[in-house]
Amino acid sequence: MEKTVNTPIIEYLLRLADDRLILGHRLSEWCGHAPILEEDIALANIALDCIGQANYLYGAAAQEEGKGRTADAIVYFREALEYKNLLLVEQPNGDFARTIVRQFLYDSFGVLLFDRLQHSTFHPLSGIAEKAVKELRYHFRHSSQWMLRLGDGTAESHMRSQKALDELWKFTDEMFLADPLEDELVKKGVGIASHSLMEEWTGTVHGIVAAATLTIPQKSAFIHTGGRSGRHTEHLGHLLSEMQIVARSFPDIQW
Amino acid sequence: MTINNTWSIDSIKELLSTISDPEIPAISIVELGIVRDVLLTGELVEVVITPTYSGCPAMKMIEDDIRRVLKEAGITSVAVTTIFSPAWTTDWLSEAAKSKMKQYGIAPPAHVAVPHLLQINFPKIICPQCNSTETTIQSEFGSTACKAYYFCRSCRQAFEYFKPF
Repeated sequence: MEKTVNTPIIEYLLRLADDRLILGHRLSEWCGHAPILEEDIALANIALDCIGQANYLYGAAAQEEGKGRTADAIVYFREALEYKNLLLVEQPNGDFARTIVRQFLYDSFGVLLFDRLQHSTFHPLSGIAEKAVKELRYHFRHSSQWMLRLGDGTAESHMRSQKALDELWKFTDEMFLADPLEDELVKKGVGIASHSLMEEWTGTVHGIVAAATLTIPQKSAFIHTGGRSGRHTEHLGHLLSEMQIVARSFPDIQW
Repeated sequence: MTINNTWSIDSIKELLSTISDPEIPAISIVELGIVRDVLLTGELVEVVITPTYSGCPAMKMIEDDIRRVLKEAGITSVAVTTIFSPAWTTDWLSEAAKSKMKQYGIAPPAHVAVPHLLQINFPKIICPQCNSTETTIQSEFGSTACKAYYFCRSCRQAFEYFKPF
């Protein structure tokens, strides 16, 4: 099967969309299983926002592609190698602390990224970002408040959140890697240089981690990367098989 | 300009005002600011809507309701277009709409949409039942993404708060 080569704009939109979709999918896995009812509802609502944003981003990518594809076609009929999300968002939920830490590490980045993307010269993207940043603000508020409660909570919650931070920290470098595709789109005013967000992200994260009485882990000796080129951890394959099974079993079905 | 010499943009907007928001029946989709525009081109009526939250699951139902209400009025050539920009904001809610919300039992947005990107402090919300300020947040997200879940320590009732957005 011929591999599709995407234009830079489509590739960039897929990265953003895949980040939101995979994170949204992970959150949806908590539906019916969260530790308290309020969080079952909260995580499901956050998931809805993520998936809604992903839907718009895929729509913009499909429009740009001009082949009449839908978001469903793009989501359900791509292999792991064609997914361009960050490694962080595909990591399993684990316990509630791990989910919150993963969410916090992404939200603190996402809120800055989409705030800047409101100024993209590519107008479907600037419009989507204008909506997404408002939602991300509330996601960030939710995850940062939970960081404080869990870190500065009981000995158990502190231990679990520190463990999660220690294990997920190594995936944070990938969010800020410089990359030629991004550079090209930054020149056109379409994209944002994610490495330019690192300082602000670091300040925010360090501040909240300290307030939560947690410790920032040592910088990883090895930078975990590859998501943007389709080289994922083993977790994505399992996630996609669950997510895609119905559509792939009945490819022509109309909902 | 009219359709069939019967319907004008204003009269169509009035018709759309009979459509309640699926989650807050006290308020119409026009008052909520979901309906942005009505355009008439020949026989075609184009209703331009904007979603509140990106993942709002009620948008499909709202679109269906728009088509149904227009069809019942004899308007069958309908297009529903969704736009994202300008982004929907609670700033568009009129005082009348907010007052209806409060009467329904939902605390309306207390201030303009949050300007600060990384603000994490909660504002003091007035209980829509007893007007006390002795309220406490239970969750950022209530029955829908647009509402937070609060508890009033004074009258000991839970209520929802429509978040500034």
